[in-house]
Amino acid sequence: MGGEKIKEPRGLRPGGASRVRDEKPWWDTFPWWGLFIALVLAWMAVQIITQDDYALAWERIIPGLRLTIEATIKAFAIALVLGLTAGMGQLSRNVVVRNVARTYVEFIRGIPMLPLIFTVALIVVPETSDYINARLDAWFGFTYEPSFQMRATVTLALIYGAYMAEIFRGGIQSIPPGQSEAGRSLGLTRRQTMRSVVLPQAMRAIIPPLGNDFIAILKDTSLLSVLGVLEITQRGRQFSASTFKFREGYFVVSFIYLCLTLGLSILLGVLERRMTRDRKGER
Amino acid sequence: MAAHGGTGPAQMISLRGLSKTFDRTIHAVVDVDLEVVEGEVVVIVGPSGSGKSTVLRCINLLEVPTEGFVTVDGFELLDPKTDIDHVRAEVGMVFQQFNLFPHLTVIENITLAQRKVRGRSRTEAEEVAVRQLTRVGIPEKADAYPRQLSGGQQQRVAIARSLAMDPKVMLFDEPTSALDPEMVKEVLDVMLELASEGMTMVVVTHEMGFAKAAADRLVFIDEGEIVEVGPPEEVFSNPTHQRTRAFFDKILY
Ligand SMILES: Nc1ncnc2c1ncn2[C@@H]1O[C@H](COP(=O)(O)OP(=O)(O)O)[C@@H](O)[C@H]1O
Ligand SMILES: [Mg+2]
Repeated sequence: MGGEKIKEPRGLRPGGASRVRDEKPWWDTFPWWGLFIALVLAWMAVQIITQDDYALAWERIIPGLRLTIEATIKAFAIALVLGLTAGMGQLSRNVVVRNVARTYVEFIRGIPMLPLIFTVALIVVPETSDYINARLDAWFGFTYEPSFQMRATVTLALIYGAYMAEIFRGGIQSIPPGQSEAGRSLGLTRRQTMRSVVLPQAMRAIIPPLGNDFIAILKDTSLLSVLGVLEITQRGRQFSASTFKFREGYFVVSFIYLCLTLGLSILLGVLERRMTRDRKGER
Repeated sequence: MAAHGGTGPAQMISLRGLSKTFDRTIHAVVDVDLEVVEGEVVVIVGPSGSGKSTVLRCINLLEVPTEGFVTVDGFELLDPKTDIDHVRAEVGMVFQQFNLFPHLTVIENITLAQRKVRGRSRTEAEEVAVRQLTRVGIPEKADAYPRQLSGGQQQRVAIARSLAMDPKVMLFDEPTSALDPEMVKEVLDVMLELASEGMTMVVVTHEMGFAKAAADRLVFIDEGEIVEVGPPEEVFSNPTHQRTRAFFDKILY
């Protein structure tokens, strides 16, 4: 140093420990949040096991889990089909198809979920089913009345279909045009090129956000409660309202959602890591 | 090398009054006439943005011409009755950026269209693929993924992929422009051999060595128009147009 006064960058001590500047102490990088959440969940589990009020809430609410999961899976499955259709529809050469797809996406994305659920479940579904039922009755002599659970699930699917359309469209558009040009110039049809060249590559960009949407749908099934569907949230509401044990009711509801969503995001993380590892393996 | 003109070989490609305008204002190609006969090698040169790629891409309808006619192997491409996928299967195209399918291995890249378009069985398609890979000199890379290959190897796989379709015409759009200098030769060697075997080729390139060695005709394009056409030696050494001379002054030492 020759006695010169040099301004040291912070964290770098001349002649000091051999520690590299970027290396942080373990407590700086430790996932404290994970530990904290684990502790809270453990505390909740203990409450449910040991306290009668929590146990009662658990008993009353957990039967809704089946409905929640059922609605999530159904809505996700329908939304996938809608999303793929509308996503590719937006990229269609046909001006009508393109605009129908775009209208659907913009309509849905522009309206908050709650009013949409009311609109679809209380107006759109009854009116179309009245119309269809009149025909069914006249021609075949039977009618079909969709349950509120069905209506709400379909609404969720409609909403997430529009979000997924954007995911699919973005994924497909993220593939350089040279890829489909190469496919087409080999004589593959548009459809073959989409199936064998573009979509398999787009899946890498599509799967992670789709996973996030799955978790989002799971959480949004709680909105089904506004239609009286007896899923977890509705059961929590009923329990709390009838027993005045609000704390127990809503703690248990939150506990169940947290377990589900955290479990799913850990699963997703593993899946994503595996996808990127496969990719490295190709190098 | 095949002769041209007279009562020689059959016509393979014919562009008549070809024009392509982008966004109503960009005149990329203006009234181009060009005939290519079977077995002929035509090299297209010209400044960047002069419309070389667009001309090439009109030959397999990756760009739809604004005006004019394109005939390939007797098929009128702009006739709605023409099955463009059928014609494209007969026209190989090699791109500057290789455009291999990154999610497929080399052999899968080469067998995909053979199976889906030519309807060949897996074994048959793989036999053809190995034969073409041997021809371009990298049979040992059959199971590699494109990203594991050098640029020169990738481009040779792209050539093999096109050749596996048994095309009647091969189009090359600056096939060596994206390559490191030491890999240019391995690709040009494959193309030279292909030319000597009598493949009909239209090649956009700045490699004047290749043009001299392989081209029957050199086409100089500027601002979307064909300015000059002739045997390469003649166009190099004795260009008749000022624009051609100016271009070669810039690129030749
Ligand atoms: N898809 C496109 N949209 C708009 N302009 C384009 C498109 N493709 C090419 N052009 C324009 O057309 C002209 C010719 O382009 P191109 O054929 O690629 O030239 P070259 O291959 O000789 O460099 C350029 O001005 C280019 O910007
Ligand atoms: Mg070009």
